[in-house]
Parts: sequence; structure tokens; C-alpha cells
Amino acid sequence: MRHSTMLRIGPVGFRVGSDWRAPVATLNELYRDYPQPDIPDFNVRLFAARPWRRWVRPSVHIAGDFVLPESAPLPLAQGLLAAEMGMNLQMALGQRRYLLLHASGVERDGKALLMTGESGAGKSTLAALLMTRGWRLLGDEFVLIDPATGMAHGFPRLISLKNEAIAVMARAAPEGRWGPMLTDTPKGTIRHLVPDARAIAAMDRPARPALLLFPNFGFDAAERTVPASECFVRLTQASTNYVALAEPGFDALATLVRSIPARAIDYPDTTSALASVERLWDALA
Amino acid sequence: MSGALLAAVLRDPARAERLDAAGWTALLGVARAEQLIGSLAWRLDGLAKPAAACGILADARAAAEHGRTAALWEAEMARRALGPAGIPVVLLKGTAFVATGLSAGQGRQIGDLDILVPRDRIDEAESALLTAGWEWVKPDPYDDIYYRRWMHELPPLIHHERDRMIDVHHTILPLTARITPDAAALIDSRVALSNGLFVLPPEGMIVHAAAHLLADGDLQGGLRNLWDIRCLLDEFGEDATFLDRLAACAAQHGLTREVQRALRLSAHLFGDGGRLTVADRLYVRRLLARDGWGQPTRKLIELAFYLRGHWLRMPPLMLARHLWTKWRKDKEAR
Repeated sequence: MRHSTMLRIGPVGFRVGSDWRAPVATLNELYRDYPQPDIPDFNVRLFAARPWRRWVRPSVHIAGDFVLPESAPLPLAQGLLAAEMGMNLQMALGQRRYLLLHASGVERDGKALLMTGESGAGKSTLAALLMTRGWRLLGDEFVLIDPATGMAHGFPRLISLKNEAIAVMARAAPEGRWGPMLTDTPKGTIRHLVPDARAIAAMDRPARPALLLFPNFGFDAAERTVPASECFVRLTQASTNYVALAEPGFDALATLVRSIPARAIDYPDTTSALASVERLWDALA
Repeated sequence: MSGALLAAVLRDPARAERLDAAGWTALLGVARAEQLIGSLAWRLDGLAKPAAACGILADARAAAEHGRTAALWEAEMARRALGPAGIPVVLLKGTAFVATGLSAGQGRQIGDLDILVPRDRIDEAESALLTAGWEWVKPDPYDDIYYRRWMHELPPLIHHERDRMIDVHHTILPLTARITPDAAALIDSRVALSNGLFVLPPEGMIVHAAAHLLADGDLQGGLRNLWDIRCLLDEFGEDATFLDRLAACAAQHGLTREVQRALRLSAHLFGDGGRLTVADRLYVRRLLARDGWGQPTRKLIELAFYLRGHWLRMPPLMLARHLWTKWRKDKEAR
């Protein structure tokens, strides 16, 4: 590949190669404080399907060690998004060491708060807001559970904020470092926020899961205890490698849902959500 | 070229101890692309490795182990579907290796379940599988007729609950190919396993692997097929009479040329060397055409083998008609 870079996020090393300079330059700038792996766990390739498409209407195809058939290419202006999607894809399809939960996570006093939900439920935004209020960010997209220890390992990649959440976070983190504003992506407008220095410095330190929340944005404030059985089923759906891990995956998930309390919280706005989170954490974690 | 690096390390695992980080990165990348990373992990077992490589290879072994369990379960499901009707199920390729506990199965990545059944029972087998929860993958009527008329297998079936594919073969090469193996003799040579399933004898496994690698298709993923052959030879070749049996089996199915070439390629890439013909060298170039990112290289050779694959598969007029139909359908789809 013409251009390439390496970066490590939590316990996972990536090598990203590209036919264009720009996506690699953006990655290098935004991930400048992250360590580099010697030998990466996964490779991501951003390439032009035909040689001339490097210049003529350049469109970025995503591939790597693990690929989905027929994923749509992105315009070169969204090269950063392509790289992030490529890395997420390697994790979703190829990760075998950790049980992968599609969840955000934050840590306080060595204990982890995990938040999971459908896209749009607000898990990224809530995790980013908690990061600005003294919590250590574990990650906004994936939390990695070690089947051997039950500990939650962080994966603090760039925080992917969408649409209205971008302005919310710009107010909450005025000092934050940001990637370019990406408009007209398949998911609307996206902008990436670099996790704070603390999240990056402590990314190798796992935390003991202590509370599981299922936030849901856009409803009147409400709260419900979620039984372990329901948590189990919802987390099997929120894990891309639960089936691939087979018995260790089952054991890790069963242990997790039995050992920590879980609540579903509906919230009309972030202020109310943050208040619920702090109250539940003080009461349960 | 990194394909050559992978072959060299598979041949002589101690070479891995001299690799730097960039060398390991390329080795692991190309091993993944060739679906040989599980086999590589087994091959490098017990050698000193950098911690990161250790972790990646341990993951690959765990994935292969899970794949083995799932493959054996699929085989058992096929036995339950076909056994009651008295249809013998002969396992092929990866599933056969792991069911027999062969070294070729160690770390072997296994995708679909490939089985061989007698041709006169193929309709029965199909309806038994449909009853047991498998369904057709390709709804396209042209493809369906093409498979039934010209191929050596049923159109692929997928199980609606387990999402796993089964390829039900009635012989080992397409009916349109110029070489016509004696499928009935292959099935008669089957060896019973204790669980009610069957496999081909070792010489049959090698003949099938050589046919698949060299008389069918475009050599994509061919390095893994050749590694299968090398492992089978390594395991059975000690027996002085084995090579005679292999030669007799190859001759019986009209595959002497392919088996001899497979032996030469295996000796060259994974064994003690040996002489190659000029044509052999082209095969080697095609088999090793990967860079350190796992990307295919040598586009021209790839294209040449792609065309050769089709040429082997069908007579010229039929090929022209087939490609024309495919091109038209492709255009309509877009």
C-alpha cells in the first residue's frame, strides 16, 4: 500500500494502509498520542477499485483481514470514516480474544459502567459527557470482556458523534480535539472527538464491571430493573462475536449478567440522563 | 513476495525465529488471506515468538478448534438427515480431515460441509436434506439448471437455522470437464468411521485434492489445498506401498498428470525441493501471488489461470454461451 500507519487502541493493534495520503495523515494527526504496535492484530486497507479512481471521482473501498461482501465505498472526503469503519469491521468479524459488546463504557474507582442500546439510544453521547465530568472513558463503541477474568478492557477509539450530538459535545468539551466535519455520510453528519488524555493514558488498565444500563433517548424519564435473563438475551444481540467464541463466550456473558445490576433508563434530555446515571451509580455500584 | 515467505515458514518453522516485526506482520497477513493461519499456528507451536504474534496465533488456533467442533456437528446433522434412508455420506476435504484426526485437519479452516453421495441417490439426498431444514441458496433459474445439468454437485443448500452450507457432490469434477473420474469407484473405496460416516482412503483424499487444485477452478486459495496434500503425504508417505496405491488411484480416475504435478509442487514449496517443469513454475507464481497486506498480486497470471479454469471446465462453445448469459444477467442486474 502506498501510505500506511499503525496504531494501538486498548489491547488491539491496527495497521491501516491507503492508496491516498489524506486518510492516513488524518489518522496520524488524531491518533498522535496513541502507542504503535510492533505487530498489528488486524490490517485495514483503503483502496481504489480501479487505478484511475485514485484521481477521478475518488472513492474509498474498505477491506482488510476480514471483509463484508458488497460494502459500499465512501467518497475520499470521508476517508477517516472509512478507516474507522474498517477498524470496527475487523473487531466485529475477527476479534476472538475478548467478548465484544456493542456498548460504551466509563470507569470510576476501578469499576466500570457499561451502557448498551440501539444506534441512536445515546450511548456514545452519554459516555462522552461522562468523560467531561470526571469519568475515565473506556470506549464509545465496544467494550471488551476478558473471558478469563471477567474484566472490562477499554477500546477508546475516536468518539463518533452524529448529528445533534456534535453540538452538544462541542459545548461540553470546548477544549476537545476534533476531526473534520463529515457531512452526507450514510448516517448523516459525523464528527470524531479525540478521547481526553486520561482515557488514552489509562487505556491498558481494565476495570471490574459494576453496573449495566440500557439508555433510551427521546422518552419521558423512566427507570426499570432489567432481569439477568433479559440482559443476557439483549447482550447476545449486542455482541458480534458471542457465537464465534462458543462456550467461553457463553460463560463470560452468563457470569457478567449474574454479577452486576442492570437498569433500563428512558430520558428526554441529557441533563436528566446524567442525573439518573449518577444516582444509580451511587446506589448500586 | 509474502506468499513465498508463508510457504518457506510452513516448510521450515524455525525460519520464523529470524523474522523481525515487519516480517511477522507480512507473514500473518498473508496466512490470513490464504486461510492458513490456523495451520501456521499449529506449525509454529512451541517455537519462540514475539508476544503479539503468540496472541494472534493462539486466537487462530481457538477459532480453528471452534470451527472443528462446528464442522463435526454439521457432518453429524447430515448423517441424521441421510442415514435413515441408507444413503452413505462420504465426507470430503476439511471435515474429512478433522473427522479422521489427520494432521491436515490441524488448524484447518473449514467453511462448507462437502459430502459425496452416489449419483443415483442424489434426488433422494436432496429431498431428505430439504425435509431436514436445508434450503436452496441460489434462486436464479439459470444457475439452478446449470448446476443440475453440468456440475458435480447440487446447487448449494444452506441450513435455515444454523446458517451453514452443504455441498452435495456426486463426483469430484464438473460433468463438463474433459477428465471424468470414476465416482462409483471412489464411493466403493470409502472407509467407515465409528460414527456412521465415511471418508475416502488417504490416496483418494490426495487424488481429490489434486483434482480440485489442478483440474478445476482458478487456483484461488490453492496454497491451502497444496498444504492439505503435503500433510497427507507426510502422514502416509512413509509407507512404501502408499505411493504405488496413490499412483494406481490417480490412474484409475484419469488424474495421473494432476497428482504428479501436485507432488512436484508440494515437494518444491513444502518439501525437499525437486525439479519443476516450465509450466510448474507458472503454477508456483500463481500460488504465491500475495503481498504482505494479503492482497493478490500478479494480475496477469491470475487472469490467465482464471481463463484456464473456465477452459478446463467446459468446451469452447458452451463456455461462450455461458459467459454471454452471465454477462447479460449481470448487466440486467445493474
